[in-house]
Amino acid sequence: MATTYRICPRSGLQFDTAAEKLMRWNAVAGVLALLLGGIMALGVVLTRWPAVHLLPADQFYLALTSHGINMLLFWIIFFEMAVLYFASSTLLHCRLATPKIAWLGFILMAIGAIMANVAVFQGESSVMFTSYVPMQAKPHFYLGLILFAVGALLGCFVFLGTLVVAKAEKTYEGSIPLVTFGALTAAIIAIFTIASGAIILIPTFLWSVGYIREIDTIMYRVVWWAMGHSSQQINVSAHVAIWYAGAAIVFGAKPMSEKVSRTAFLLYILFLQLASAHHLLSDPGVGSEWKVVNTSYFMYFAVLASMIHGMTIPGAIEQAQRAKGYNKGLFEWLRKAPWGNPAFSAIFLSLVGFGFLGGISGVMMGTEQLNLLIHNTIYVPGHFHATVVIGTTLAFMGLTYFLVPVLFKREVLFPGFAKLQPYLFGLAMYVVALVMMGAGTLGVSRRHWDMAFAGSPMAYEWPGAAYLMMGLTGIAGVVAIIGGGGWILQIVFSLLFGKKLDDGETRSTPIPLTLPPQTGAHAAHIGTPGTMVLALVFLVSFILYYFVNWKYLSSLWGMA
Amino acid sequence: MSAISPPAERIWWKAPIDKLEFTWIAIALVWSLTMFTMMVYWHIAGGQNLSNETYKTTKEMFAAKAQAVVDKYTVRTETDQQIPVVKPPAGSDIYLIGRLWAWWPIYELEKGKAYKLHLSAMDYMHGFSLQPQNINIQVHPNYEHVVKITPNQLGTYSIVCNEYCGIGHHTMVGRIYVK
Repeated sequence: MATTYRICPRSGLQFDTAAEKLMRWNAVAGVLALLLGGIMALGVVLTRWPAVHLLPADQFYLALTSHGINMLLFWIIFFEMAVLYFASSTLLHCRLATPKIAWLGFILMAIGAIMANVAVFQGESSVMFTSYVPMQAKPHFYLGLILFAVGALLGCFVFLGTLVVAKAEKTYEGSIPLVTFGALTAAIIAIFTIASGAIILIPTFLWSVGYIREIDTIMYRVVWWAMGHSSQQINVSAHVAIWYAGAAIVFGAKPMSEKVSRTAFLLYILFLQLASAHHLLSDPGVGSEWKVVNTSYFMYFAVLASMIHGMTIPGAIEQAQRAKGYNKGLFEWLRKAPWGNPAFSAIFLSLVGFGFLGGISGVMMGTEQLNLLIHNTIYVPGHFHATVVIGTTLAFMGLTYFLVPVLFKREVLFPGFAKLQPYLFGLAMYVVALVMMGAGTLGVSRRHWDMAFAGSPMAYEWPGAAYLMMGLTGIAGVVAIIGGGGWILQIVFSLLFGKKLDDGETRSTPIPLTLPPQTGAHAAHIGTPGTMVLALVFLVSFILYYFVNWKYLSSLWGMA
Repeated sequence: MSAISPPAERIWWKAPIDKLEFTWIAIALVWSLTMFTMMVYWHIAGGQNLSNETYKTTKEMFAAKAQAVVDKYTVRTETDQQIPVVKPPAGSDIYLIGRLWAWWPIYELEKGKAYKLHLSAMDYMHGFSLQPQNINIQVHPNYEHVVKITPNQLGTYSIVCNEYCGIGHHTMVGRIYVK
C-alpha cells in the first residue's frame, strides 16, 4: 500500500495516514488504561481516607497494584508512543518507518498490558508496581510486563528509524524541531529504561517459574529502579517536549534560545537516569559516595536542566505575548493568556505544579540524608503525583484537547466542561500532592491498609493532623477522580459522537519543510522580566523548603 | 518558526543568549552546586548519616545473634505474645529482627548513649520507620545493616513497618523505650 499524507485543514499539520492510525490506537489504548487505573484509584483513596476505609486489605493491595501499573506504565507509555510517532513523522513531514513493526509493537504492548492486569485481578499478584523480591507474583505478571516492554522498544526503534528516513529523504532543512529533539531524548532514555527492565524482569520471571533459586534483594532494587525511575524520566522528557509544543501551538512561541533548550535536553540524556539512586538512599549495601554522586544527577545537572526548561518555556510565552502587544507591567502577558483554552491552562498548571510541588519535593527527598525523613512514607506518592500526574498526565490531557479535532477529526463536545477540566483535575491534584506530602512529613506510611493498625498488639497512634491530612487526601482524591473521569468521558464521547470534521486534502507525496532565506539578522530582542520574577519566587521557595528540612533532620536521633 | 518546526536559523548554536536567561542559568548552577556540597558537608559535620556498614548474613545466623542478646539482657515481657523487653548495656550491639508481621524484640535504651543497631529481615523486605521521629530505613533479608544510633529524647517510640509485606503488613509495629 502506498503511503499517503493528509493535510489537516485546522492545524496545517501533515499526517502520514499509517502513522495517524497508529497514533490514534496508541492514544485510545492509553486512555483505556487510564480509565482502569482511575477506577482503581477510587478504591485506593476511599480506603486510605480513614473515615471511609472502604476495601478489605486484600482488595486494597490488589487495587493499588493495578493502579500503579496501569497509570505509571500502560497509560503513559501508550500515550508516549503516539507522541513519538507525532514528533517524528508529523513534525518532520515524513513517512513513518516500518508501520508494520510499529503495529507489532502495539500488539505486544496490548497483550502485555492485558496479561499483567489479568494476573493482578486473579488475586495472587498483589506485589505492587515495584514487585520487590522475594515476594512473588504469578509468572504471567512478569511476562506481561516483559511483552509490554518489548513492544515499547519496537516503538522507540520505529521512531529512530523515522528520523533516519526523514534525514535521508530530505523532508526537512536544518535541524530537527526542538519538540522532536525532546522526543528523541525521551526515546533514548526509554531504550535505557527498557533494557534495564529486561535485565531484571527476565531473571525474575525465570525465578517465578522455578529456574532460578534466588534473586538478591539489593541487586533487584538497584536494577529494577534503573527501569522504575527512568521510566518516569521518559515522562519528564516527553512532557517537557509537550510544554514546548503547547507554547508553540497556542502562542506560536519560539524558543528563547535553541542552544540553551537543546543543551538542557542533552543534560537529561547524560544525567537524568542516575536518579534511580533516589530509591536506594535508605538501603544497606550501597555506599555513600555512590549515593551522593548518583542521587544528585552527578552535580544536580538534571535539576539545572529542569530549572532551565522551567524558565525558558514561560519565557518563550512571555516573548510571544509581548510581541503581540501585551506589554503592560510585569504580568500583562500572563493575565491576558487564554486561560479558557484547556490546551494552555492544562500545560501551564502542569508546568507550575511540576516545578513547585514535584521539583522541590523531589530534590528534597533525593538528598541522601534527608531521604531518611520520608523514605517509604506517603510523602513519596505525594511527590510523584505532582510529577507524574500534574506534570505528565495533565500535559497529555491538554495536548489531547488539541489532538481531538486535529488527529481524530472530531469536534470536542461539552466545551464548557473542557474550560474547567484542567482546573478541576489539576488543582485537586495539587491538593492531593500537598496533603500526602504533609501526612508523609508526619511519618504516615505509603502502601499501608490501616493507619489505625487494627489487630496489632502495639498499635502506634498517629497525631490528629495525620488523620486530617489523610481525610483531605480522600476528599481531594475523589474530586481529582471526578475531574479525570470527566475528561475520559468527554474525550470518548467526542470521539464517538462529536461532530465529524473534514479530512482535508490527501496527497501521495509529502510537502517538505523548508527554511526561510538566511539573513543572518536577529529579530528584535524582547526581554522576559515577568518570567524572571516568577523564577526567583520559585528559587526562594526552593531554598527555604530545602533548609527547613535540614533543620528538622538535625533535631533527630544521632546516626552514624 | 516555533518549537514544532526546525529552527529558522540554520546556525542556531551561534545565536546569542538572552541576558536574563543567562543570569538564571548561572543562579541555577550555583544552587545546584550548593546542594551537592551540602550532602558532602553533612557527612563531615552532620550528626545524621546512614551507616555504610553492611554484611552478608543468613536468616539463621542473624536470628541466633539476636537470640543471644535477648537471652542475656531481657528484663520483662510485654503484651499477650510475651515479647521480651531487652535492656542492653550502653554502647552494645543490639539486633532487631523484622519478620511477618512483627519487629522483635522490644528494646529499652538510655538517652544520650550510643548503640549499634543491627537490622535484618527474616522473609520479605521490611521498612524500619521510627515514629514519631520519622527515621526510615529499608531492611533486607540476608543483609545485616549496622547503624549507630544515639537516642536524644526520652519517650516511647514505635517502629512501624513501611515496606509492603503482605496482608498483615498493617499489624507490624514494634517498640523502643528511651529512659
